[in-house]
Amino acid sequence: MIEIKELQKKFGKFEVLKNINLSCKKGECIALIGPNGCGKTTLIKSVLGMVLPDSGTIHFNGNSVLGEYLYREKIGYMPQIGRYPDNMTIGQIIEMIKKIRNSSDDLDEDLLHAFELEKMFDKQMRTLSGGTTQKVSAVLAFLFNPDVLILDEPTAGLDPLAAEVLKEKIIKEKEKGKLILITSHLLSELDDLITEIIFMQEGKVHFHQKVEELKTTTGEEKISKAIAKILKNKQNEPNH
Amino acid sequence: MNRIIKIILSDIIRNKIVLAYTLILSILSWSSFALEDNSSKGLLTILNVILFTVPLVSILFATIYLYNSAEFIELLLSQPIKRRKIWLSLFFGLSTAMVFAFFIGAGIPLLVNSPDSIGFMMLLNGCLISVIFVALAFLSSILTRDKAKGIGLAIMIWLYFALLFDGMVLFLLFQLAEYPIENMMVGITAFSPIDLARIQILLHLDVSAMMGYTGAIFKDFFGTSVGLIVSFVLLSLWAIIPFFISMRKFNKKDL
Repeated sequence: MIEIKELQKKFGKFEVLKNINLSCKKGECIALIGPNGCGKTTLIKSVLGMVLPDSGTIHFNGNSVLGEYLYREKIGYMPQIGRYPDNMTIGQIIEMIKKIRNSSDDLDEDLLHAFELEKMFDKQMRTLSGGTTQKVSAVLAFLFNPDVLILDEPTAGLDPLAAEVLKEKIIKEKEKGKLILITSHLLSELDDLITEIIFMQEGKVHFHQKVEELKTTTGEEKISKAIAKILKNKQNEPNH
Repeated sequence: MNRIIKIILSDIIRNKIVLAYTLILSILSWSSFALEDNSSKGLLTILNVILFTVPLVSILFATIYLYNSAEFIELLLSQPIKRRKIWLSLFFGLSTAMVFAFFIGAGIPLLVNSPDSIGFMMLLNGCLISVIFVALAFLSSILTRDKAKGIGLAIMIWLYFALLFDGMVLFLLFQLAEYPIENMMVGITAFSPIDLARIQILLHLDVSAMMGYTGAIFKDFFGTSVGLIVSFVLLSLWAIIPFFISMRKFNKKDL
């Protein structure tokens, strides 16, 4: 579904993405993990066309995304820090996005009800807490039944109850056969969610493996421990 | 595109600054016509209003609005909308708002008190100046990410066109007074939209008789219909080129 080839991006002199090659297929739930500043968000934004890569290609359903925009109809994006116009209310934001998308498909308002946002429809965005803003972002990402969901740190800032609601929703969507990309630092939360792992470090893809493979090769039950083991092995290797 | 322009326009109208701007323009225009006994003097007063406040408000308001809608632009970019469309919609939204404010504030008193070619020229020039400075605001806000720098740049642009450019032209005039530079002066006015608008209007007023030999040369050029068309084309270019540059930059910007 998403094919990334030899993607490179520099911000000034700083190389954020160094030759990234990835391929993500339908029905997978992929966790994108790695230390802060390793280029996860830049990679996601490149897929969305918000950051324009210096070289390399990104194909979505076989078509290059460069200069395209219609493919974004099939993507639901939840940003790490949702930034919305200050003086608009929750209701206005949701109305506006509906108008812009102009989609006649059925809307998926499960999360809207689950988070009980209707009660707060006339609250202005600047008065919202970080968690509530995250809820609005999540509602917008799921609203149009997209084929691909890109969630950048979805549970950061959410209370445990809301995080659980969101997790259940993600599992439900995964079962419908959608491609889901999640970045997160909370590895323990991902355990019952994901099927593949992409580990990035310093702008490179360290490994891209199925969770099952990862668990069998390392002999660990938990994802967090398996990754810790791999990283330790890497460190013990002599530097060339 | 219409949907986004509508959203932007309704947002601008909710912002009370444009309403205040309209009100101030209309107070200034009505009172300057009421205070002067002949409409020509009123026109001169309004001319100065057009040439100072309209560019200032247009460029400052548009620049600040663009920086404040950074979140809005980001939100739209993750939706299936062309980048070009977002930028164009913002431009049309802001230009329409500024032109409307000018039309209601200064255009109506102009058409009521001076319903002739001069009033009409003034109206047209004011609208063009509004659009030109909105376009320059787009350029200054895309050149830097820092809001303070962007607004500073916008003020510098206004200062340059409203004051510094005239000072430089005057300096040139005195330094080169002994040479036949009259034709060159016509060319130099093309480098400032405010001067173009000012000369266009002044030449249609009676005061142009007092501008001496240079005034006569100007009248020779701007007085003809060809000169008029050329100067309107130049004014349009002042709106199109800065916006076009900003559009190219926006298409390549990382957000």
